[in-house]
Amino acid sequence: MSLGLLLVQALNGLQFGVLLFLVAAGLTLVFGVMDFINLAHGVQYMLGAYLGASLAAMTGSFWLALLLALPAALALGLLLEWLVFRHLYDRDHLSQVLATFGVILFLNQAVRAIWGSAPLQMPVPALLEGGIALMPGLQYPIYRLAILAAGLLTAALLWLLVERTRVGALVRAGASNAAMVAALGVDIRRLFMLVFGFGAMLAGFAGVMAAPVLSVDPGMGDSVLILAFVVIVIGGIGSVRGAFLAALLVGLIETLGRSLLPDLLRLVMAASPARQAGAAIGSMLVYIAMALILAVRPRGLFPVRG
Amino acid sequence: MRAALLVLAALAAAPFLGFGEGYVLTLLARAMILAMAAVSLWLLVGGAGLISLGHAAMLGIGAYAVVVLDDARITEAAVVVPVAMMAAGLFALATGAVAIRTSGVHFIMITLAFGQMAFFTTASLAAYGGDDGYTLYGRTTVLGHRWLEDRLVFHYLCLGLLALSLLGGRVLLDSRFGRVLRAAAENPVRVQAVGFSPYPYRLLAYGIAGAVAGLAGVLLANAAEFVAPSYLAWQRSGDLLFMVILGGLGSLQGAVLGALAFVLLEEWLGHLTQHWRLIFGPLLVLSVLFLRGGLVGLLRRG
Repeated sequence: MSLGLLLVQALNGLQFGVLLFLVAAGLTLVFGVMDFINLAHGVQYMLGAYLGASLAAMTGSFWLALLLALPAALALGLLLEWLVFRHLYDRDHLSQVLATFGVILFLNQAVRAIWGSAPLQMPVPALLEGGIALMPGLQYPIYRLAILAAGLLTAALLWLLVERTRVGALVRAGASNAAMVAALGVDIRRLFMLVFGFGAMLAGFAGVMAAPVLSVDPGMGDSVLILAFVVIVIGGIGSVRGAFLAALLVGLIETLGRSLLPDLLRLVMAASPARQAGAAIGSMLVYIAMALILAVRPRGLFPVRG
Repeated sequence: MRAALLVLAALAAAPFLGFGEGYVLTLLARAMILAMAAVSLWLLVGGAGLISLGHAAMLGIGAYAVVVLDDARITEAAVVVPVAMMAAGLFALATGAVAIRTSGVHFIMITLAFGQMAFFTTASLAAYGGDDGYTLYGRTTVLGHRWLEDRLVFHYLCLGLLALSLLGGRVLLDSRFGRVLRAAAENPVRVQAVGFSPYPYRLLAYGIAGAVAGLAGVLLANAAEFVAPSYLAWQRSGDLLFMVILGGLGSLQGAVLGALAFVLLEEWLGHLTQHWRLIFGPLLVLSVLFLRGGLVGLLRRG
């Protein structure tokens, strides 16, 4: 394990972290404002990737695909909200979990029916092709750095939006006491539609960005969804700041754990069992970290409600 | 419990009413095994008010206990069953100890996360087939006899254990322990005010439900003679939760009705089209939106 490899894995981890943040941000805001648990949020990420990949194939341009996929993801999110989700706000969490689970089953299958089960490929845009030398003899793909930069930029913009604008103030107020905000004459349903659509678009954006580096397949939304849940549970539900820090943490643990543990264990045991045990423990690490954090702080690192 | 008794009687008579062929019996066994898992989940959701989205992990750990012992050529039920139930129960206690400290949505997400942890762990067990799963050398034996290989014996074993878990669940819910549990689900503040701490009651209930699901996992492994990480996938937890809600939270028997309805519906839609989830997903949404009280509620009104 060289220093260079460690650097590459750390960058990969951070890049996975910002993608997770883009998904988790919508999830945590939607839950914060509306007390609505949306399992189908990961599907938005998957749809973003599929829309991006097929639009890129159609138009031949990554940038055009990105430009078209965002409003499409927004429209799909709002359509789902109108069709299903708005009938669930007054229901208990159990009903929300099951109904949104039904939406996942439908959309995952719909994606399979339309695009097939085989993974899609999306080419890296020509502008961001190639690598950059991090250290002598160590190349790192520019596109992956671009994902990291785009994610950090979006996070900064989101922070400005939530902390420094009037709409952001309403969202924060809604997260800490929705009934009071409604009583002050704010149309909380419209505010929610806004937050929901925005969250769907962020997840879709993450999906398009991830499409050229990850495989675009029907199950991709589910695995991200569960890690996004871990992120918002660790960060404190409703907290964007918490989601950001937790997303980077989870991204790093997930990536470094899986790549470093087998090598670390080789120091104390034989190669073959080290590889197996490393893989097993590496995949558990994120959840163990979650358990440890929750054992100390049951409401996450940055709880919103008292 | 009348509806459940009717269903159990129908299942007992099924092999003699022209449903004795292998394919149908396999389907019914699957339904009864999942019904048992649903009963154990009902104890948590309907009894203790704990909405677990990681229950398939308990089922899967029970099944993987069979795998691990099978690989070591141990198939004796007197060993397999206690080990599987202990493994699933201990996993439930360990993860429950963290999860039950939280409540509401936190609990849902944390059980989901721990379920996923178990899923990835089994998928990384290269010695037991990893992602591809593991085919058993043979079914579990009872005192050295290979009784479980007989379809009818297996059918009645599943039926008997399902009836036993229903009965056990009923007794548990009616006991003093169960009353505290149900009261804490209704109003935890009052329960604390009269001097009970809900935490140990909930944790024990979580452990018991895990162990029962582990037993169902032993049967599931035997039914298919094959175990794969997909048994622990979070979608299976969602399925189990749907069975419980489809049946209805009004009474424990709902879990049995829900599981049977689920398995039969899945089977029927699967024959109609390869993309049966395109129908199943919306049906699930509609049943949540409109079928309040579940099938049990429907029967009571009807």
